[in-house]
Amino acid sequence: MYMKNEFGHIQAAHCENGVTTNLLRNIGVNKITEPLAFGIGSGLFFVYIPLLKINNGPAIAFRTMPGLIFKRTCASLGIEVIRKKFSSKETAEKFLMERLADGQPVGCQVGVYYLSYFPKEYRFHFNAHNLIVYGKEKDNFLISDPIMEAVTTLTTYELERVRFAKGALAPRGQIYYPKEGKIITDDQIRKAIKSGIKRNVRDMLSIPGNIAGVKGIRYTGKKIKKWRDKLGQQKAGLYLAQLVRMQEEIGTGGGGFRYIYAAFLQEAFAFHPYEEFLEISKVFTKAGDLWRNAAVQAAGIYKGRIGTQQDFNVMGDYLLEISEVEKNAFEALSNIKWHS
Amino acid sequence: MKKEDIPQDYGSLSKCTKEVCYAVDDTGKYVTELSTGWEVKATALSVAWKDIEERVAAAKQKVLNNEASPILYFMELRLMDVAIVSAYTGFWKWRISQHLSPEGFRKLPEKKLRKYAEAFNVSVEDLKTMHVHEE
Repeated sequence: MYMKNEFGHIQAAHCENGVTTNLLRNIGVNKITEPLAFGIGSGLFFVYIPLLKINNGPAIAFRTMPGLIFKRTCASLGIEVIRKKFSSKETAEKFLMERLADGQPVGCQVGVYYLSYFPKEYRFHFNAHNLIVYGKEKDNFLISDPIMEAVTTLTTYELERVRFAKGALAPRGQIYYPKEGKIITDDQIRKAIKSGIKRNVRDMLSIPGNIAGVKGIRYTGKKIKKWRDKLGQQKAGLYLAQLVRMQEEIGTGGGGFRYIYAAFLQEAFAFHPYEEFLEISKVFTKAGDLWRNAAVQAAGIYKGRIGTQQDFNVMGDYLLEISEVEKNAFEALSNIKWHS
Repeated sequence: MKKEDIPQDYGSLSKCTKEVCYAVDDTGKYVTELSTGWEVKATALSVAWKDIEERVAAAKQKVLNNEASPILYFMELRLMDVAIVSAYTGFWKWRISQHLSPEGFRKLPEKKLRKYAEAFNVSVEDLKTMHVHEE
């Protein structure tokens, strides 16, 4: 079996942004960069689900639900998507092989626990990683994993294992790709940017409850101040370490995706020349910087260098400040007077 | 973050790839730059691994003290929780909690032991003896 399809691999910060931009480029949509995909897909988010535990730590996310960025970006641009899940491994592989034979690279949702080219330290039971399969050579599937600098391979067995990882968000062999190439006009991108921003404003400012959006950041800040007494020094440190990992590990581009969003607003300016975008972009840079400063404070605690209640208060106050900064930024975005 | 402030510390990921970071250049324009890692997050990851090692060691001791079955040990070793074990084996969660006790484990028929061994990627013999050959 020999099927080597050409594929222009482009590295990205985040896997889903990368799969989205790479698959779109493959069908001739060249203007969608990683920040544009992220912004059009309304990727920026925050949520802390106190009752849910992930790897014995808090469930915190800095971005929207896995899968939504691809879905929303394609929908906003009027690109039809094919998406399939499978109950049988054989059918899943057959479907994949048929697409590759057609020369169609496909996005695959996979679990990272058995992802052989990842270092062991990163292999947790996380099932919402995304990569592109673009060909097959002998027993090796050719893989473009957007977080990697270069393309890589997985054997048939290895690919099957990660496509059928089990547990929360089990991929069930999920494959997705844009149905066909289309000419995307600047006007469509302009509209997509507008709807992406409006949806992100809604998600961050008006989502009900107090655990998500800018209110969720505030809520988490208040909780953190209580972690020392409630959990004890060691476990509180572990929780903060998990917060930092969610914020900075693989693919956030730094500062919990806030820098990517700031980059998006700069790129959006090319399509909607409102000076406000450049100003608000700076506010998101500031938010990202504050998240990074908070991470340094957290590190002081989980390294055991500091750890008084006052240190936890400083940590919590960072999040209260960030909540305000992001609230102002999204309110400024919601006040934009759109001319088109 | 300014481009020149992107940390280039050691991170485990740099064994396999550098990662893309976003930062501003001298003119304030966003650019991407590769980073080898950031000490702050590398430590966060090692804190998580230290906790895992402690959990694995504690589980092992519990099994040796006859307070738990080897399933607890392998569950911790494979970074799983009962929900994940349930997803891989197809057993109900309350069943698994029975198998987590030494008595429940002793009563397990060969066929069910094989299910667990498969989920943990070990042989049935190794499952019983807590032996680990690392790949």
